[in-house]
Amino acid sequence: MTIRQLSVFLENKTGHLNEILAILAKNNININALTVADSSDYGLLRMLVSDPEKAVEVLHAAHYSVRIHDVLSLEMGVAPGSMSHILNLFTDAGLSIEYIYAFSFGSKSILVLRTDNQEKAIEVILTNRLKTIHESDLRDTV
Amino acid sequence: MIWNEKIECMSREDMRALQSERLIELVNRVYNNVAFYRHRMEEMGVEPSDIKSIDDIVKLPFTYKNDLRDHYPFGLFAVPMKDIVRVHASSGTTGKPTTVGYTKNDIKNWREVLARCLTMAGISSDDVMQVSYGYGLFTGGLGVHYGAETVGCTVIPISGGNTRRQLQLMSDFGSTVLACTPSYALHLADALAENGYSLKDMKLKAGVFGAEPWTENMRLELEKKWGIKAFDIYGLSEIMGPGVANDCIHHVGLHVHEDHFFPEIVDSGTKLPMADGEEGELVFTTLTKEGIPLLRYNTRDLSTLNHSTCECGRTTVRMKKITGRSDDMLIIRGVNLFPSQIEHVLLEMGETSAHYILYVDTENNLDTLELKVELDENNRMETIRDLQMLSHKIQHALNSAIGLSVKVTLVEPKTIARSEGKAVRVVDKRKK
Repeated sequence: MTIRQLSVFLENKTGHLNEILAILAKNNININALTVADSSDYGLLRMLVSDPEKAVEVLHAAHYSVRIHDVLSLEMGVAPGSMSHILNLFTDAGLSIEYIYAFSFGSKSILVLRTDNQEKAIEVILTNRLKTIHESDLRDTV
Repeated sequence: MIWNEKIECMSREDMRALQSERLIELVNRVYNNVAFYRHRMEEMGVEPSDIKSIDDIVKLPFTYKNDLRDHYPFGLFAVPMKDIVRVHASSGTTGKPTTVGYTKNDIKNWREVLARCLTMAGISSDDVMQVSYGYGLFTGGLGVHYGAETVGCTVIPISGGNTRRQLQLMSDFGSTVLACTPSYALHLADALAENGYSLKDMKLKAGVFGAEPWTENMRLELEKKWGIKAFDIYGLSEIMGPGVANDCIHHVGLHVHEDHFFPEIVDSGTKLPMADGEEGELVFTTLTKEGIPLLRYNTRDLSTLNHSTCECGRTTVRMKKITGRSDDMLIIRGVNLFPSQIEHVLLEMGETSAHYILYVDTENNLDTLELKVELDENNRMETIRDLQMLSHKIQHALNSAIGLSVKVTLVEPKTIARSEGKAVRVVDKRKK
């Protein structure tokens, strides 16, 4: 139900994101999803990658401040309103979203999110039998 | 163990008698051999015969760093050059360098006080000491080197710099003591893992750190990171170099070798002597020095004195650990600020690294402060809000500790330049 997400601390400086991408490329690590949250001084890069442990290792070695977090990941339907349907369930349960992003993998539409109460969120997912995504679902099928 | 029990545990009465005898001899010597002091004393209407005991020291003129610069290079030396066996000099980053000279006897005394310092830190002939202070004109490297040899340590004169080699030799040679600046010791500790070492590879048990002001929190941090006992060695080239004072295992102040260096605390404004426990500028008179003897040299270091007997049995006066120089003091919107106060707050919070740099500037004629501090490589930050909360928390802690608002910017690990000698903590961009 949860997958491992990398969070990397980034100063707002030209070329920093590119440096990280180059390190991952050199180590043959694939990025399945990527999003950057930013404030005026710094950003947080969040990524789902093919080999989280190795990614942490190589980024640490290059002195980046990086952590692995477990985040919730759900498969959405492709019809309009699918995402809204899921968020309604969370809102009804009184949960607030801390961050959220979506991407597609093959034919799947995938939602990644973090709420202010992870246990309660899991309860919502189980009760409503929402379809969850596992890391194995994101392995290269090519 | 105590290196020189006779002196270090001397009764107050005997110590004062010794100091009185040495002061009288010193004043005669400088009056007769150093034109600068003869003129100063004449201006003040003081003659050598007015000095009858150590109590009369308050009648003597002060000496300041500028006096050394004005008489660059050898104008304050009290002996002919043929008797000078060594010269050291400051880096001169803030003006002309200050030069000091040593006679054979001065070097002998320097070794003696350093042997006392190292013994105080539990160091003996069983130890392998890695001396990572710079060797050369700077007094740190050679000073500690001679002291360590006197105690009988196996000395590794590696000097400063080259982090990888420092760690390699520390591991290969089994160094048990590291001597360097506290900031370099912190840098070396942080560099262990990335160079493929862990504490298990090292036999280090003690550190003798000095040459820059550092806080008690930094001492504890270094003890934790290295798994060692950390000691503070105090000194300045004008007085001798490292070895003027050192803390013992009880870490309640630093024992001053007052038979050679007589300390006073004076008010930074009025320059009047202050009582035990009152904080002011630390002043030293070099009771035995021959090459460049100084009367009442004002170090600008802020400290207090404590004449009570220490738990370790030593009776020598203790000075409070130096965490700032009146020279280092910044005046920000009328508030006095020492960089060490920032270090104290950061280490107490323990949520970032202790690597920081403080930028001082002016905006619309108002002083501004910006603190850049490195995030730890293993920080727990997950959202921008976490980051903002951390900067606010630091901001708040600084505000309550120093009464100033500081803009806090978190920066990536290892992006603040590391120093191999004295650390640069402040960049003052205000127009002077």
